[in-house]
Amino acid sequence: MKIRTARRASQIFFVALLVWFCVVSTLGDRFWQLRGWPVNWLLDLDPLAGLATLLSTRTLYSGLLWGLATVGLTILLGRVFCGWLCPFGAMHQFVGWLGRRRRKMKERVEANRYRPAQRIKYYILAAFLAAAALAPFGAGTLLIGLLDPLPLVYRSISLVVVPLADRLAGPVISPIPRFYEGAGLIAVVFGTALALNLWVPRFYCRFVCPLGALLGVLGRFALRRIGRTGEGCTGCLKCERNCEGACRPTGRIRISECVMCVNCLDDCAHGAIAYGTRPSAEGETLSPDLRRRGFILSTAAGLVAAPALRLGASTGPNWDPDLIRPPGSLAEEEFLARCIKCGQCMRVCPTNVIHPAGLESGLEGLWTPRLNFRIGTSGCQHTCIACGHLCPTAAIRPLSLDERRGSGSFAARGPVRVGTAFVDRGRCLPWAMDKPCIVCQENCPVSPKAIFTREVFTPVRGAASLTVARIEHRRFVLAGAAMGSERFGTGDYYALLPDGTRLRIAANGPDWIETDRAPAAAPGATLAVLIRLQQPVVDPRHCIGCGVCEHECPVLGRRAIRVSAENESREPHHRMVL
Amino acid sequence: MPADDRLSRREFLGRAVKAGASLAVAGAVGWAAWDPAGPGPSESGPQATALPDFSVSTAGPRMSIARGADRVRNLQAALRAAGGIERFVRRGDRVVLKVNAAFASPPMLSATTHPDIVHELARLCVAAGAASVVVTDNPINDPASSFALTGIGEAARRAGAEVVLPEERLFRPLTVKDATLIRNWPVLVGPLAGATRLIGVAPVKDHHRSGASMSMKNWYGLLGGRRNIFHQDIQTIITELAAMVTPTLVVLDGTTTMMTNGPTGGSLADLKETGTLIVGTDQVAVDACGAALLGKTPSDLPFIAKAAALGIGTADYRSLAPVEVSA
Repeated sequence: MKIRTARRASQIFFVALLVWFCVVSTLGDRFWQLRGWPVNWLLDLDPLAGLATLLSTRTLYSGLLWGLATVGLTILLGRVFCGWLCPFGAMHQFVGWLGRRRRKMKERVEANRYRPAQRIKYYILAAFLAAAALAPFGAGTLLIGLLDPLPLVYRSISLVVVPLADRLAGPVISPIPRFYEGAGLIAVVFGTALALNLWVPRFYCRFVCPLGALLGVLGRFALRRIGRTGEGCTGCLKCERNCEGACRPTGRIRISECVMCVNCLDDCAHGAIAYGTRPSAEGETLSPDLRRRGFILSTAAGLVAAPALRLGASTGPNWDPDLIRPPGSLAEEEFLARCIKCGQCMRVCPTNVIHPAGLESGLEGLWTPRLNFRIGTSGCQHTCIACGHLCPTAAIRPLSLDERRGSGSFAARGPVRVGTAFVDRGRCLPWAMDKPCIVCQENCPVSPKAIFTREVFTPVRGAASLTVARIEHRRFVLAGAAMGSERFGTGDYYALLPDGTRLRIAANGPDWIETDRAPAAAPGATLAVLIRLQQPVVDPRHCIGCGVCEHECPVLGRRAIRVSAENESREPHHRMVL
Repeated sequence: MPADDRLSRREFLGRAVKAGASLAVAGAVGWAAWDPAGPGPSESGPQATALPDFSVSTAGPRMSIARGADRVRNLQAALRAAGGIERFVRRGDRVVLKVNAAFASPPMLSATTHPDIVHELARLCVAAGAASVVVTDNPINDPASSFALTGIGEAARRAGAEVVLPEERLFRPLTVKDATLIRNWPVLVGPLAGATRLIGVAPVKDHHRSGASMSMKNWYGLLGGRRNIFHQDIQTIITELAAMVTPTLVVLDGTTTMMTNGPTGGSLADLKETGTLIVGTDQVAVDACGAALLGKTPSDLPFIAKAAALGIGTADYRSLAPVEVSA
């Protein structure tokens, strides 16, 4: 077997594994649903996620320890991860191969020449790491998630590819089609990154990828490397025809750019390319091709990134109340120091209420999780703790059910609140339109309910003053009335008698009203038809912000009860009531 | 063995050593920083810090009431009747005057401590040998504007005092013992660090939510954060503030009283000449006495009974036998 075949098999395996992990992050009891699959494993293997969160939090959370395996592999063998494991790299390689396979040799060699712009990825890495390193001092933020290939490919598959494929196929994966607010931008970035391979192969890997840059730095002492042997080379350049890293194996090879695609090994017909311990015959460039000015500039940009992004006070007094984070999310600055925007919480959320944010938390918060109660099947279930248990960086902490619900040893602390529901009395049907409703109160899932009702009886427009002509048993016959038949027989309407008694109306005709008890009124008396309304009121002591009320509210556009982030547990500064 | 092979072997060994060292460093750092459990629930363990007790034990309980139309003479007379400023401020003392500079409004509207009172009190402290006199408050309006427009800043500096504006770094979270509201709450403790005397200097004002803003309510200006959340339980917060601060002395200036539309007022029509200034070591007693200037009794103001019940002071100010003088 050619070594290239082995590499292709490995790449196919890891792409398939990624897709499998994304698919199985589905709530359910089938074998292809959440069955303890290590769905974060490829993210855990990403040492950039590990290193950057290590810088930003001074800790290496849980599975991110796997990143050490990649670090070790890279130190010993070079960027094997890029060429053999990285699913995003495999996709780039595939698209590049598709677009170029009929091209002429000369064109292909030209496409694979080294370009000075390949240093840009190191600058991106420097800026991201600098920004992360300041987080423990309150002046940093974690930006790697924007461009780190593993979070990028996870969220692209989970939030774009799987939902689209599912729509085409059935749906089979999610019984109710998944929506993701803001997925359009993710699709654009993903599609653009893939399409750029038609211009330059592995465009993303060569110019953009901060993980590739990190591995390029780590691989400088690799024990075995690709290189030219002293003899046999005819200068045919076949080895550069398919060179994925643009590392120039014919000349002084750039070790930091070589992605170990091993195409040159198989393509050389003269045995002039070897994988071994001897340095390349033409010499090696170990370090990335950096310019001091660029490096300093990008590091400085990273250092000022968070302070500059936060000049708008998005994490201070100008926090966005529409930014409702999943339960267990850390306080905003700590959250932003951890979230890698991988979309795992959004993928696993059984009710589809977690969505990639836009700019609610500033540029740095792009694609971080945010609850949208209008989308999805039913608010944020107060007995669900899935998101925090999937989050690979603990930006959303893994809560226990007791902690989430404020039971057991957490009884004194109370439940985790993500916000508070507010009734918009100008839109709420019983408050503004004299229409009975209280769907919100009925659906409020906490006990005691956070929504209670006030009962009021209000005169009905056009039936507030009716004159009794005569009384027949339980029926008032009214003088000169012309009401819609059966309008008041719903059980919500009452007749108010002059003495203040209210009788529930059982039925009505155009000029009569029948009540459920024999009335005590004389002909000539005036009565009013009242409607009984239950007006919802939120008790902030019990509201956890789950948004079930908002989801259910029949005022479908701008809901008449809406959750905003006031009183969320994670930010003591957002406390609204004592 | 050819020479370049030996060279190559040496280079390989060097590389292997470096790779091994990198591995060891990465492994050690990763392992040391490994956090399998992740962050726990944020612990808001209340700090058991308390403000120092600024009372002067040798001074004993003192209270005096001066009546007259001139507030500076009222202050002088009341202090004399209470035993003189020397009884409370000694040579070398570092004095803090907690004024009410809550609003950026001119002194004539009496929404804030009158600058003449600030000037005279600071001057007397300096004359008594105070090593330093600091005038501070955390106003509701913009701090710099408030100290400027109330005239307090200028008056303090003219008397040789230093004005300390409430910079963020001067606040520390503080928990008042047995309190339900002031728990882990940012308090303006910076100006109090190293201070030996604390004197509260407040005007008498109507306060729409609590009934009155006097000496006890004046400590609200030591709170930071979104303190107006405590308006949901105003009587309790005033009581806890009184429990938080044991002052050397309080000066309650009722020469002019804001009778209506407090605490901001905004019109001379809200004011009434009540010609009274009260000085005392017991802030509860002083406020109980001051209530009359607003046409109220102590029982109209629940915070007085609550504070008395906690033993912070007495609501029966006459039991302290206040010295009443005309200025």
